Amino acid sequence: MGVIELSWWQLAMAASLVVLLSLCIYLARLGLAGSLLLAAARTAVQLALVGLVLEALFSVGSLPWVALMGGVMLLLAGREVMARQQRRLRGGWSFGIGTAAMFVSAFSVTVLTLVAVIGPTPWYEPQYAIPLLGMLLGNTMTGVALGLDRLTEGLWAQRQLVENRLMLGEPWSRACGGIRREAMRSGLMPIINSMAAAGIVSLPGMMTGQILSGTAPALAVKYQILIMFAIAAGTGFGAFLAVSIASRRLFDGRERLRLDRLGSGRGR
Amino acid sequence: MNQQPLYLDKLTTDLLEPVSLQVKPGEIACLSGPSGSGKSRLLRAIADLDPHEGSVRLGDYTQAKVPAHHWRRMVMLVPAESAWWFDTVGEHMYTPQSATLQELGLEPEVMEWPVDRLSSGEKQRLALVRAVSCEPAALLLDEPTANLDPDTTRLVEHWLTGYIREREIPAFWVAHDSEQIERVGDQHLHIAGGRLEGH
Repeated sequence: MGVIELSWWQLAMAASLVVLLSLCIYLARLGLAGSLLLAAARTAVQLALVGLVLEALFSVGSLPWVALMGGVMLLLAGREVMARQQRRLRGGWSFGIGTAAMFVSAFSVTVLTLVAVIGPTPWYEPQYAIPLLGMLLGNTMTGVALGLDRLTEGLWAQRQLVENRLMLGEPWSRACGGIRREAMRSGLMPIINSMAAAGIVSLPGMMTGQILSGTAPALAVKYQILIMFAIAAGTGFGAFLAVSIASRRLFDGRERLRLDRLGSGRGR
Repeated sequence: MNQQPLYLDKLTTDLLEPVSLQVKPGEIACLSGPSGSGKSRLLRAIADLDPHEGSVRLGDYTQAKVPAHHWRRMVMLVPAESAWWFDTVGEHMYTPQSATLQELGLEPEVMEWPVDRLSSGEKQRLALVRAVSCEPAALLLDEPTANLDPDTTRLVEHWLTGYIREREIPAFWVAHDSEQIERVGDQHLHIAGGRLEGH
């Protein structure tokens, strides 16, 4: 059970591959060399910083600091959900709904998994809590963002249809039912696909990482299955909550479709 | 449910000054005015699809005191452009309407047709059939003959006026053609410069 130490000059060798690629891109006039180098630099800097933060956090290991880290991660994920919307709900509702949905789903599933399933002592042991929360937030974020985006785009594109159903006396929830189902589906599809393809098409990243660091494959597989289930639950409940609250927000107390509560679309 | 007058009391939309009027059961109030003058917006406010000021009553029912979807089922707006969401026409009907179809010059088989096969004129007539399949207590018709040829227009006018008078329900009818207004209207309201005027 040991892992071969990686030193910075070994990383520099991997970096030289990226530099070589960007040189080729530049010579082929694909116009992406700059963004490739910038993205690579960001990866190095951001991950190095997170490494420092995690080192500090692991050495302190107290609940307030772990909670603070979790809170910051949640707010960043909420901002990312908002940034991925074509048409946002006005007045901070996009950020609010996304963050609230992720808080309820990702946080509760993380805490449940820590306390009831893995059971480290203390339960908030950062070595377990932070990676688990990170993976849950990352996936829930995708589900929530896709679901919300699909919902607002669908209502915008099909407003004539939804209003016609309202005119015929259908309750708001039935008038937008099809669009809501589509939004839920698109939020859940990524995790369903990755569960179905796990181990056949791709080896999941976390399992690969554990195996690389010397964990026995059988144990790594168990952890991966646990994570997949936790992600499925977190993503599903997160998307369900976000789509439900946002669709309610797009109709008022008199069941009118209120697209004026959406901001204008950004051009794709 | 039927035979109830429709009252508008200081009904105000973005484009119109407050409107107060009454449409009696079985009466058709024609609404005319340049496009963009607020005819459709007025109908949408009566159906409670747009935020508005003032109140609307159908007999003893007050708009704001009835759940919105119940209100819209009673006071039914039929838009100029209808939308269809199921695969076949028949799935959209709340009750069978074979007699109505015949009177509007449509075959009974139209119920089996896929909706993407419908012409704009067929859609317009079928939207009326769909609306009456809910048995509304008031009708708000937004240019119900806009996509129809002269013969079919007469057919639809004849059937609609018959339906409204026989059932004794109040109706608004947005129309451009002054001859049509002459033929079907019991009162004629014209919108000009943000004001509703009687003729």
